[in-house]
Amino acid sequence: MGPVADRAVVDVRADFPVLQREYGGKPLVYLDSAATSQKPRQVIDAVGRYYSESNANIHRGVYALAREATDLFEGARERVARFVGWDEATTIFTKNATEAINLVAYAWGRAHVSPGDVVLITHMEHHSNIVPWQLLCQDTGATLRYLSVSDQGELSLEELDELLAGGRVKLVAFAHVSNVLGTINPVAEITARARAAGAVTVVDASQAVPQMPVDVGELGADFYVWTGHKALGPTGIGVLHGTRELLHEMRPFLGGGDMISKVEFDSSTWNELPWKFEAGTSPIAEGVGLGAAIDYLSAIGMENVRAHERELTAYALTRLSEVDGIRLFGPMDAERRGGVVSFAIDGMHPHDIAELCDREAVCIRAGHHCAQPLMRRMGVPATARASFHVYNRREDVDRLVDALVAGRQVFGL
Amino acid sequence: MDALYRDYILDHYKNPRNFGELDPHDLELHDHNPLCGDELGVHVVVEEGKIADLRFHGQGCAISQAAASITSAELIGMTVEEVAKLDADWVLDQLGIEISPTRRKCALLMQKVMRGATTGDPSWPE
Repeated sequence: MGPVADRAVVDVRADFPVLQREYGGKPLVYLDSAATSQKPRQVIDAVGRYYSESNANIHRGVYALAREATDLFEGARERVARFVGWDEATTIFTKNATEAINLVAYAWGRAHVSPGDVVLITHMEHHSNIVPWQLLCQDTGATLRYLSVSDQGELSLEELDELLAGGRVKLVAFAHVSNVLGTINPVAEITARARAAGAVTVVDASQAVPQMPVDVGELGADFYVWTGHKALGPTGIGVLHGTRELLHEMRPFLGGGDMISKVEFDSSTWNELPWKFEAGTSPIAEGVGLGAAIDYLSAIGMENVRAHERELTAYALTRLSEVDGIRLFGPMDAERRGGVVSFAIDGMHPHDIAELCDREAVCIRAGHHCAQPLMRRMGVPATARASFHVYNRREDVDRLVDALVAGRQVFGL
Repeated sequence: MDALYRDYILDHYKNPRNFGELDPHDLELHDHNPLCGDELGVHVVVEEGKIADLRFHGQGCAISQAAASITSAELIGMTVEEVAKLDADWVLDQLGIEISPTRRKCALLMQKVMRGATTGDPSWPE
């Protein structure tokens, strides 16, 4: 690991209180950040401080406390938008990435997708970027089609071109980084091709924004979604970045308070962006917490976060390859993947692998990772998965490898 | 010895009894555990109200496969009514190991499928 990653790791681990925990006398090794990241003290304190000092409902209160709460929440929005090079008026807070995708599927999809149209997704999507499009196609009579994934875990731009050339592709939805394979998809190339073919793009960046520098404008997506809790922030807050043009002409997703301009007996007019899409009381503390998470990541520097993830992933790919009977999925080049490694071991089901790792206080995930179509493509019912963030170090990977070796012995392998 | 992965559990996992398919069969059901995607199907031959033979198939962890293998031998010879009444405790007794809440559905998947095949009720055993 290079000096940059070393320094970041040494400095940050003390900020994450949960890493002080032990199970069975063994220090916790948390390798499930692709499911949810741990939270630094700075985020936990920001949420606590908001409730202790500044709690009030936002936007309409005329008293100083409400103005303060509003400033904290809207200030967080500004910083979150700036973090990915986007404008705050077109940065909408949702419950999570899933809700953000559903917002697009309902508010844009139901209005624009017609019978005979094609909605194009990929075989490497999380269920959150599959099921909303299945429902959209069922409701509209459109056809759902899938871009295939190669044995190396990558998409083919040639196949994309062929499908787009067939016409009728109205929307292309895909992950920036796969939550199973770690594959970093060529977002800008895909969005440029889709735009040229007249299709709108939706990018699920849940696994990208937490671990690499992102400039949404350069990526060229019409809609770009992610979630706070994987980016060191609280649960209950997701983000939708959209183009002003599309968001402006879309109907609201949810109706209620805060999203209206004027309510008559039979109809209403809508609030301005972004609040038109934020019905009801917002996740205020969660927004404040996400702002603190962004500040924390920015202080480390996303280039440094990415370098750390890349180096640790390369180390994990090397060390895991030493385990007998192991099969690694996804690109073997750490340059082309994020900080996640899925694997299988002959003769051991992933659930049993995770159970045996748990005995060594090593937290990994086992199962289909909400990506059942991808599991079918890979020909496995499930995989085990280790994923990393800034608080992980080489020693954590070593502990995982030791647990796998010990686990194979329990199974008599 | 490992408290969960005992020798007989691993033996049933690696060498499952009554594994495969049966044709013709009288009852069948294929189901899965939505938490992990594990799949399990059964083919059952019924003679005079009793389970005359059965085979299970699918893929799963050591606990789900051992539970299916171990209970399959007990189920053969039972009446369909008896099978339908078997509860979660019966399955866990047959397994003879401590099952944590997170692995409970692994252990109960076979009985869920058997209950569904015999009664049409695919709910999890209580």
